Amino acid sequence: MNTNKNSYTLIYAIVMVVVVALLLALVSSGLKDIQTNNVKLDKKKQILSSLNIELDGQDANSLYEKHIVKELVLNNKGEVISEKMGDAFVIDVIKENAKVEADRQLPLYVAEVDGQTKYIITMRGAGLWGPIWGYIALNDDKNTVFGTYFSHASETPGLGAEIATPKFQKEFAGKHILNDARDFVSIAVMKPGQIAEGQDYVDGISGGTITSKGVEAMLLKSIGQYEAYLKN
Amino acid sequence: MSKLFSEKTKQVFLGPLSKNNPITVQVLGICSALAVTAKLEPALVMGLSVTIIVAFANVIISLLRNTIPNRIRIIVQLVVVAALVTIVSEVLKAFAYDVSVQLSVYIGLIITNCILMGRLEAFAMGNKPWESFVDGLGNGFGYAWILVVVAFFRELLGSGTLLGMRVIPQAVYDAGYVNNGLMILPPMALVLVACIIWVHRARNKELQEK
Repeated sequence: MNTNKNSYTLIYAIVMVVVVALLLALVSSGLKDIQTNNVKLDKKKQILSSLNIELDGQDANSLYEKHIVKELVLNNKGEVISEKMGDAFVIDVIKENAKVEADRQLPLYVAEVDGQTKYIITMRGAGLWGPIWGYIALNDDKNTVFGTYFSHASETPGLGAEIATPKFQKEFAGKHILNDARDFVSIAVMKPGQIAEGQDYVDGISGGTITSKGVEAMLLKSIGQYEAYLKN
Repeated sequence: MSKLFSEKTKQVFLGPLSKNNPITVQVLGICSALAVTAKLEPALVMGLSVTIIVAFANVIISLLRNTIPNRIRIIVQLVVVAALVTIVSEVLKAFAYDVSVQLSVYIGLIITNCILMGRLEAFAMGNKPWESFVDGLGNGFGYAWILVVVAFFRELLGSGTLLGMRVIPQAVYDAGYVNNGLMILPPMALVLVACIIWVHRARNKELQEK
């Protein structure tokens, strides 16, 4: 068979593309349900991580049901739009951030750990190479940090990627997001050894300055949207 | 068995591990050797993923080799690799979500790995499926062991850990030892690869250029 003819080449290319497209479509649609469930489960795990709950070998679904007592949807004036369970969970923060501030729906998870109420805020920002995101849990004074969770899409391993380690995340516990005059100032992420005036701060990551600053900007912007709710 | 492991097949498998190593001799796949070797764990996973994908892509291309039109053969190879990588990443997302999150960017990087295209073009296009499969395994392992060696030294000297576990005791730090931050940065991977090439050529005189 002459495999160098134009018609053969053309038909070969078309058949190949159709077969591969079909195959990929089949795989993708066949696995979609399992994947969406994984994504949901992973989100629950991330939220629970910010509450410093040990997840190893545990069923995240039942832990989530046990600890998360309320899921609220807020607007930026601090008013509760919806209290129905599930409404807040499906909010896509990326889409909300694209809207003007007054239209945004803000998810807030209310949790109970050892009889104490905690408020969990969803955060999203930019690192050096791609998006970073996380959850921050506040004590019932809506000021003191109880725990945090950070993750990233593609920060440099060993440098910026260290924000996903417990060592970095634990630094935030006990810090305050309001200053003494109860103004919202967020928490600064400083180069190790430097200090921030007028607000609480944690040590950033050596060699991961841009990612560290990305975390700082994310804290300021994301928590800032909840300011009205947190202050009353 | 004798047919499966003939002298030639053995050579095809063992060659890439040393005398014909994809990284140290052919200098292919350097890009990913820089990117994923700051820590040992991603290096291991990357080595394993590349091995699996290069082996199977080799088999598929070898099966198709007599039908592929010469003028679009690179495109066909690319489509096969990209389709394989996409399927692997989808399956991981469904059945090993944690692993797929950790790998995130690396899986996509496999498509651009020069070793894959190199092996498909140089070997699978002209050899039978079984030999191609063995060739893929050999090159994958040849690639993986270099990555692991580089990552071992970079993680040990750069972070003082191995696979995330602390191996340099606190007492050493108290005595004034500090981690070498330079090790975590990509240029050190090049220097380490160069050191491996140096040792390798010193031991295999026939590889030295005149």
